[in-house]
Amino acid sequence: MQLREVARLLNADILVGDTNLDKEVKFACGCDLMSDALAFIEDGTLLLTGLTNLQVIRTAEMLDVFAIVFVRGKVPSKEVIDMAKERNIVLMSTDYTLFEACGILYKAGLKGKS
Amino acid sequence: MEYTYNVEAGNYALAGEASSSIKALLKKLGISGDIVRRMAIAAYEAEMNIVIHSKGGCLILKISPEELILISEDRGPGIPDIDLAMKEGYSTAPDEAREMGFGAGMGLSNMKRCADEFNIKSTVGIGTKVQIKIYLK
Ligand SMILES: Nc1ncnc2c1ncn2[C@@H]1O[C@H](COP(=O)(O)OP(=O)(O)OP(=O)(O)O)[C@@H](O)[C@H]1O
Ligand SMILES: [Mg+2]
Repeated sequence: MQLREVARLLNADILVGDTNLDKEVKFACGCDLMSDALAFIEDGTLLLTGLTNLQVIRTAEMLDVFAIVFVRGKVPSKEVIDMAKERNIVLMSTDYTLFEACGILYKAGLKGKS
Repeated sequence: MEYTYNVEAGNYALAGEASSSIKALLKKLGISGDIVRRMAIAAYEAEMNIVIHSKGGCLILKISPEELILISEDRGPGIPDIDLAMKEGYSTAPDEAREMGFGAGMGLSNMKRCADEFNIKSTVGIGTKVQIKIYLK
């Protein structure tokens, strides 16, 4: 699924990376535990999370995750956004909860990886 | 070639810098994406463990044509029961670390999964040393 489609379905604001919205994600993972994410996320996975700290960007960097959706309307600090920008990671913010956002994407055909 | 990266305890703003440098270096050397990713994940888990659980330490990366070796060495409380620490889900991480998304008790087993060889030694009251190897051939 294209990131543009993800943003449309979730009615999300693009915080950084609006020139990269034609990139495709293969799977998605909703997760607030970074070590869990580190244990099983594959590259090209979309990460949905309620955490907005620097370690989320670090985790994405290590995993070659190039897109993150922050749920429940959360917007990270400028420091976090800048770090994502440097690493070419797309950040979005949606008002949906983690459960709802995952449900919407799943219904639209984006799968998890278990 | 050998590279050493210092890791400060308790500094969550800097945490991940060492692993980030390691990842960039391996990429630059043209090492295959899957191996770079495995080493980056293992290094990051090791680095976070130093930040969260120790009093400070370092990551050492050794590169040869045959293999990559990562050594994580710290001064700190050590691990009294390694079998227990290796168990997925076991964690003594403080709230501060949990707020950042750590403390799932997955880090050590994650490192093991990423590695071809995994060794851990710890002395209570002195510190912990974890060594992993990833084969290049
Ligand atoms: N360098 C270390 N020094 C002292 N204790 C450690 C060290 N590394 C790990 N431990 C102990 O082993 C436990 C398990 O470590 P592990 O990395 O698997 O999980 P965690 O760090 O608690 O959580 P996660 O890695 O999932 O964020 C820790 O909670 C801690 O008690
Ligand atoms: Mg850990």
